[in-house]
Amino acid sequence: MRIVAEHLNYTYNPSSPFAAHALKDVSIVIEEGEFFGIIGHTGSGKSTFVQHLNGLLRLPSSMKKYKPKKPKKGESLPPAPLLKVGEFDLADKKTDFRALRRRVGMVFQYPEYQLFAETVQEDVAFGLKNFSDEKLTEDKIANAVRAALEIVGLSYDEVKDASPFELSGGQKRRVAIAGVIVTRPEVLVLDEPAAGLDPLGKKEIMELLHRLHGDWCKTVVIVSHDMDEIAENCSRVAVFSEGEVKYCMPPAELFRHAEELIALGLDVPLTAKLCLALERRGIRLDCDFTTEDFIRKTLVAVGEKDA
Amino acid sequence: MLKDVSFGQFYPAESFAHRLDPRLKILFLIAFITATFLAKNFYGLVLCAAVLVLAVLFSGIPVGKVVRSVKGVLFLVIFTALLNVFFYQGATVYWSWWILRITKEGLLFSAFLALRLALLVMCSSLLTYTTTPVALTDGIESLLTPLKWIRFPVHELALIMSIALRFIPILIDETERIMNAQKARGADFETGGLVKRVRAVVPVLIPLLLSAFRRAEELGDAMDARCYMGSKNRTKYKKLRFGWRDLVAFLTGAALVTGVVLLRVFVGATI
Amino acid sequence: MDAIRFEDVSFSYGSGAFAIRNLNFSVREGEFVAVLGHNGSGKSTLARLCNGLLVADDGKISVFGKSVSEKDNLFEVRKEVGIVFQNPDNQTVASIVEDDIAFGAENIGVPREEIGERISFALKAVGMEGYRNALCARLSGGQKQRVAIAGVLAVRPKVMILDESTAMLDPRGRKEVVDVVTRLNREEGMTVVLITHFMEEALRADRAIVMNKGEIVMRGTPEDIFERHEELQTYNLTLPRIGYICRKLREGGLNVADTLDEEKLAEEIASCGSLRNI
Repeated sequence: MRIVAEHLNYTYNPSSPFAAHALKDVSIVIEEGEFFGIIGHTGSGKSTFVQHLNGLLRLPSSMKKYKPKKPKKGESLPPAPLLKVGEFDLADKKTDFRALRRRVGMVFQYPEYQLFAETVQEDVAFGLKNFSDEKLTEDKIANAVRAALEIVGLSYDEVKDASPFELSGGQKRRVAIAGVIVTRPEVLVLDEPAAGLDPLGKKEIMELLHRLHGDWCKTVVIVSHDMDEIAENCSRVAVFSEGEVKYCMPPAELFRHAEELIALGLDVPLTAKLCLALERRGIRLDCDFTTEDFIRKTLVAVGEKDA
Repeated sequence: MLKDVSFGQFYPAESFAHRLDPRLKILFLIAFITATFLAKNFYGLVLCAAVLVLAVLFSGIPVGKVVRSVKGVLFLVIFTALLNVFFYQGATVYWSWWILRITKEGLLFSAFLALRLALLVMCSSLLTYTTTPVALTDGIESLLTPLKWIRFPVHELALIMSIALRFIPILIDETERIMNAQKARGADFETGGLVKRVRAVVPVLIPLLLSAFRRAEELGDAMDARCYMGSKNRTKYKKLRFGWRDLVAFLTGAALVTGVVLLRVFVGATI
Repeated sequence: MDAIRFEDVSFSYGSGAFAIRNLNFSVREGEFVAVLGHNGSGKSTLARLCNGLLVADDGKISVFGKSVSEKDNLFEVRKEVGIVFQNPDNQTVASIVEDDIAFGAENIGVPREEIGERISFALKAVGMEGYRNALCARLSGGQKQRVAIAGVLAVRPKVMILDESTAMLDPRGRKEVVDVVTRLNREEGMTVVLITHFMEEALRADRAIVMNKGEIVMRGTPEDIFERHEELQTYNLTLPRIGYICRKLREGGLNVADTLDEEKLAEEIASCGSLRNI
C-alpha cells in the first residue's frame, strides 16, 4: 500500500490557551516496500503524523460533523488536506477505519505496557479476534499465533500458556509486537521500537524488523531518535521539526546535510560525524553513512593518499 | 495531549487573586458558601454575585471561562430547578395537572436555587483557577493542622493529595496511549451494548492498573532513597504568610457574610 | 575510607535464582565507577542494596564504614548515598521543580532558609537555573532526570548512584545527564556510580566493572575493558560503534589506536600511514 499525504495540518487543543500546532502543511509519500524512517525531537510532530496513518487521529473532513468551509469573497482557501493509504481515502467520512487498522499495524513506544491477557496466546490473539468478521476456529487462531510468535523469535510451545507478565523485558516486547503483526498488516508502523533496550536487545529488534519487512509486512515505518539505527536500516528518511517536514530523502543524501541537522538540534550518525571531522582534515569520503561502507571507503581513501 | 488541559484547573496568570495565601482563598470560599446559604432573599444573592464579580475582576481569569465552569454541573442545575418548578407548593398557581403545578413561588424558588448553585460552582472554580494544586494542598494541610492534636495524619494526607494531583496528568496520558494501542489492535470502545462496552474496558484497565502499581512502587523507592521518614523532624520549605492582600480578602469575606445576615434581618426572608 | 564496600554479598528475589552472588567490590571516595551489564545482569539490584532499599541475604555492605543492614544506620546511609532512578516520571514527588528538589532536604530537617540556598545550588549544578518554578510535567526527559539529580543534591550526599538513569532518554538527554554527573565528580568531588548498558557512557569513568548473572566478570579501566571486546560479547555487551570502527580499520591495515572520540579518530586516520605500504 502506497501512502500519500498532502497538506496535513493538526492542532492539539484548538481554541484553548494550550493550543499547539503539531503538523503544518505536511506532505510525504511512502512507497510500498520501503523501510522508511522518521526522525525529529519529542514534540516535532512525528508521532502525530504516524497516528494519522491508521486513523487514530483523523482528518477533519473524515469526521461526521464536518462541514466544508466556504471561502469568503476575495479569499482563497488553503489546499485541502489529503491522505491516502493504499485504496483507503482517509479524508473521506465513509472510510472503514476498522478495515484500515487491520492492514496498518501500529506498535507504540514501550508496547509491553499494553499487554493485558492471562496468557501469551490470548494476548496475541486479541487483535486477530477483533478484526475478524466471523468466529475463528481454535485451530486457525493457534496457527496464526504460532506463526506470529515464531517470526518474532519466541517458541510457541514454550510461551503460549505463560502469563505475559512473567516474561523478561525483551520477551514481553516481542509478544507485544507479535500481537500487532498477527493480522499480517501490509504496513507496520513502529514508534521507537528499540527504546530502553540494551545494545543487544536493540540489535535483535532491528533484525526482527528486517525479518518482517518484505514477506510479512510490505512496508515498515519506524520513528526513531537513534540516527545510527536510521542510517543503517532505512531506505528513506523524513526529518520533522516544529511540525514541518524539513527533509525527505535517502540517508546517504540526508546526512550530507549533517551541519544543517545539527543546527536543527538533531543528532547525526557517528559515521556522519566522522565524515565531517575528516573533511576538516582534507579527506572527502563519499559514503552512504552505513558503518561498513564508511570503513570500506576510509580504507580506500587512505590507500589512495599513500599511493 | 489531554494532560495539558486537565492539569488541575490552574490558569496561569499574575494577579491579585493568584498571589493570595491559599488558606485565605479556601476560607474565603467557605465564607462565600456560608453566605449563599444564609441568604434568604434575592438581595442577599445579588450581594454575593457582586462580590464574585469583584473577585473575578481581581483574578485575571477571563469572565467567559468562569461562567463556562457551570457547564459541568449544568444538568444538576436544570434538574433541581425543574423539580422545584413542578413540585414547589406555592399559593399563586399558574398551571396545574395531576400532582404537578407551576406556581409563582416555585418559579422564584427555582431561579433562586439555580443562581445559588451557579454562584457556588463559579466561586469554587475561581479557587482552582487561581491556585496551583500544590498550594491548595499546602493550604488544606495548614488549615487542618489543629487536627494533629487528635492524631489525625494531616501531613500524610496532604502528601497523598499532592502526589495524586501530580500523577493525574500522567495517568490520563497513559490511558490515552493504552486506548490508542488497543484501538490499533481493533478494540472498539464506541459501539455495542453495555456488556460489550464494559468488556472492552478490560484491555485498558489491566495495563493501566499494572502501570499505576509499578509507578507507585518506584515512587516509593525514590522517596525512601531521599530519606523520607514521615512527618517526624521534617521541615517545610514553603511557609505560607499572610500579607495585606490577604487582609483585604479576609475583610471582604467577613463583610459579605455580615451583609447577607443584615439583609436577612432587615429585608426579611422572602424565599 | 571506602565510600561503598561489598563483602561476599548475595541476594535473591525469593524465586531461588541469585540476583547477586558473592559480590566483592568497593568504591573509593571521589571515584567515578561505571557498572556495565546487559538487562537482567543484576546491576540494578546492586544500587538498591547500597542504601538499604533491598537487604542482602548474605555478606556485609557498608557505606563509609557504617553497616547498611543495621536499621538504625539507614537514615544516615541514605543521607550519604543518593540514587537517581530510571523512569523520569516516577521519581518526582511534587508538580513544581523547586518543590520537588526541596523534598529530600525537608525530610532531613534542613532549616527553611538553607533549603532555598540548596535549591539554588542544585539547580545551578545541573544547569537548570531558569526552571525553578517550572512544571515538571512540561520538561523533556533529560531535564526531568536533571531535576531528579538536583533533588538528590539537595540532600548533600557524598555518593550518587545513577541506576540506568539514561536508559529511557534520547541521545541528547543522555548526554545532558552524563555531562552533569561528570562535572559533579570532577568539580565537586562527588563519588559517582554510573549503572548503564551504554558502553560509551562508561568512558567517563575512572574504573568500570562488568556484571553478568549477578557476578562481577570484568574489572579495569574503561579502555582496558573495551580492548577485551570478544570477552565483552560473551556477556551480551557490544562495543560502542566507534570502537568497532577502530578495530575494523586496524584489521584493514590502518594503524589507528583505539579511541572513542570522533575528532581523535579522524586525526588518526588523517595522519597515519597505511600498514599495507610499509
